[in-house]
Amino acid sequence: MANQEMTGAEIVIKALKDQGVEVIFGYPGGAVLPLYDEIFKQNSIRHILVRQEGGAVHAAEGYARSTGKPGVVLVTSGPGATNAVTGLADALMDSIPVICLTGQVATHMIGNDAFQEADTVGITRPVTKHNYLVKDANDLARTVHEAFYVATNGRPGPIVIDLPKDVQLASGKYLPPSMVKHKSYKPQVKGDLKAIKAAVKLISNAKRPIFYTGGGVINSGPKASKLLTQLVRLTGHPITNTLMGLGAYPASDKQFLGMLGMHGTYEANNAMHDCDVMVCIGARFDDRITGRLDAFSPKSKKIHIDIDPSSINKNIQVDIPIVGDVAHVLEDMIKVWKSEVHKPEAGATKKWWAQIQEWRAKDCLKFEQKGKAIKPQYALQRLNELTKGMDRYFTTEVGQHQMWAAQYLQFEEPNRWMTSGGLGTMGYGLPAAMGVQIAHPDALVVDVAGEASTMMNIQELSTILQYRLPVKVFILNNEYMGMVRQWQELLHGGRYSESYMESLPDFVKLAEAFGSTGLRCTDPDKVDDCIKEMIAIKGPVVVDMIVDKAENVFPMVPSGAAHNEMLLGGEADGAGPKVTSDGLSLV
Amino acid sequence: MTEDTEIFRHTISVLVDNEFGVLARVVGLFSGRGYNIESLTVARVDETENLSRITIVTTGTAMVIEQIKAQLGRLVPVHKIADLTIDGPSVEREMALVKVVSKGEKRVEALRMADIFRARAVDTTEDSFVFEVTGVPDKVKAFIGLMEPLGKAEVCRTGVVAVHRGTDVI
Repeated sequence: MANQEMTGAEIVIKALKDQGVEVIFGYPGGAVLPLYDEIFKQNSIRHILVRQEGGAVHAAEGYARSTGKPGVVLVTSGPGATNAVTGLADALMDSIPVICLTGQVATHMIGNDAFQEADTVGITRPVTKHNYLVKDANDLARTVHEAFYVATNGRPGPIVIDLPKDVQLASGKYLPPSMVKHKSYKPQVKGDLKAIKAAVKLISNAKRPIFYTGGGVINSGPKASKLLTQLVRLTGHPITNTLMGLGAYPASDKQFLGMLGMHGTYEANNAMHDCDVMVCIGARFDDRITGRLDAFSPKSKKIHIDIDPSSINKNIQVDIPIVGDVAHVLEDMIKVWKSEVHKPEAGATKKWWAQIQEWRAKDCLKFEQKGKAIKPQYALQRLNELTKGMDRYFTTEVGQHQMWAAQYLQFEEPNRWMTSGGLGTMGYGLPAAMGVQIAHPDALVVDVAGEASTMMNIQELSTILQYRLPVKVFILNNEYMGMVRQWQELLHGGRYSESYMESLPDFVKLAEAFGSTGLRCTDPDKVDDCIKEMIAIKGPVVVDMIVDKAENVFPMVPSGAAHNEMLLGGEADGAGPKVTSDGLSLV
Repeated sequence: MTEDTEIFRHTISVLVDNEFGVLARVVGLFSGRGYNIESLTVARVDETENLSRITIVTTGTAMVIEQIKAQLGRLVPVHKIADLTIDGPSVEREMALVKVVSKGEKRVEALRMADIFRARAVDTTEDSFVFEVTGVPDKVKAFIGLMEPLGKAEVCRTGVVAVHRGTDVI
């Protein structure tokens, strides 16, 4: 079989099968017809027809993040590829393994402005981890296998393979994955043992330690989350997660301080600011985490574990950098810790924990459900309570609802929380939920949405109908682009320029038009009933939860402020940290 | 804060697969992340392995230079990266072709200067010379400066190429 000539399209599909691909999210077009013909002739790979290519990439991301396997996308040339760009950029920022096959015009037509031609490798170069244009059918198998290797090894990311139509039709030889080895890409997975020992010593001598962990722990696989939990419990130190890292450590645990960053908890951010040893694992000191750089955790020694050497010393200088895969490094750290070469003093962190309890006592996420309007926090708190213990997955769109979801939903396990962190892509959650539901057909998959974001990929309700996916879209409808409105209130004198959503659709009728069930809730007393009904319905549901329009997300570290300068909400006008002119220019 | 703001000049050598788009990846990385390129040279250096060597002269703070090397390291077709400025002593050379259009005393003076700089006249007419000058960038720059009042009409520089001194290889 290996030496038999096959068509390019046959080679690609065979290579995907040999890579264990079960699902492709795609949309056909002229330049990929030979590939679609091959898909038609086989039964082992399932094709999910999305309604716009952007939806295909987000669906593949949802699939990848909930399974740990790479998501696969197939789109046509030109507009098919350009529509996929946002999803690719999203996957790059959040380090999600995605293989995106794009059709291309025939090789002899490339550069001639042919119909549906775009310079796909040129356009996607800055939004992919790597990309390929394959001009010879004999290179197809090697390229596909290499693409899977590169997408999933090291820091994961999206790969584009651009496939000219004549190459799909030409014949060539197939190579199995075992015969393909990458010649230059060999990421370091084992951490330097000397650095690991130094790190363990620092952690065991710490008086005010904190673990700050991110999406890298999740990307490293479920084992990494187990090891993290083990190490954190062994040390007895507090831990906070980034938005991307939620679920790597059980949210219900006593040592967990909640999320940190711009909308992180009071205790997490203050602990980050005042700590003496910071252990950053699989996170990247993003501006949403650090706040003002020169005021970031000024008193701490910093340890940074990351598989990507370019993440180290990018924004923050660290004292002990460890390049390696999180699971490998944690395994070594636990071994060193257990060998007890460095034994922490008993009660060394007692004062620190007392301080943390004091911060916790502020109860920074408290809110009052009073009056006639549903508080969005309340709706999410109830959603969390009423789905506890279920096999549940949450995706989100981007904005206020996303931050509330991160604050009020609790994640006990990794791979249960899919949100667009780095790029902040509105319209991510609905297609991502589709991808999650395809991978976990019997699970409860909820897209926590805002009415503005959800409109950005609303066409995917049609895909949900076609494949009878029981996705629940949980819209917190405040008739505003809530986060834009919040910033305009705080930073631009309450001039709500273009952030009010006029002429919104009737989401109940919209749901019905797409074969979903629509539920509307306007009364705080009926929130529970609405959520229970949503869960009980076997098929797809769109919940239109009409919430308080004026609610803001707190705590908030305003742009350009330090971690310990948080707005907690309810401050009298003018109280709290002022936004500086420097801060105003930050996003 | 001086150590964070002081700007250094570094010469970085990168060994890459000689494949479609690799230069665009390197250049796109520099423009996309706002790094400087003072000069850049590229050519295939290994035919059996099909590798090209890119020499980049860049400037930045110590933190930025570290980032540049780390970011280059993320590019999939990159095999090796060497920072010739900190690895130890290295040899740097650049070549320029300088066209000088002048007559009389200026022409004689140009030729005399060229001799001192060991620049060769590789083309000549009654009214012009094309000088080939090779050396470290400062020498090339000095020569071009001297030609300015002597009828300098056109300059073409190759950018820097560099290797480690001694037995070290990239």
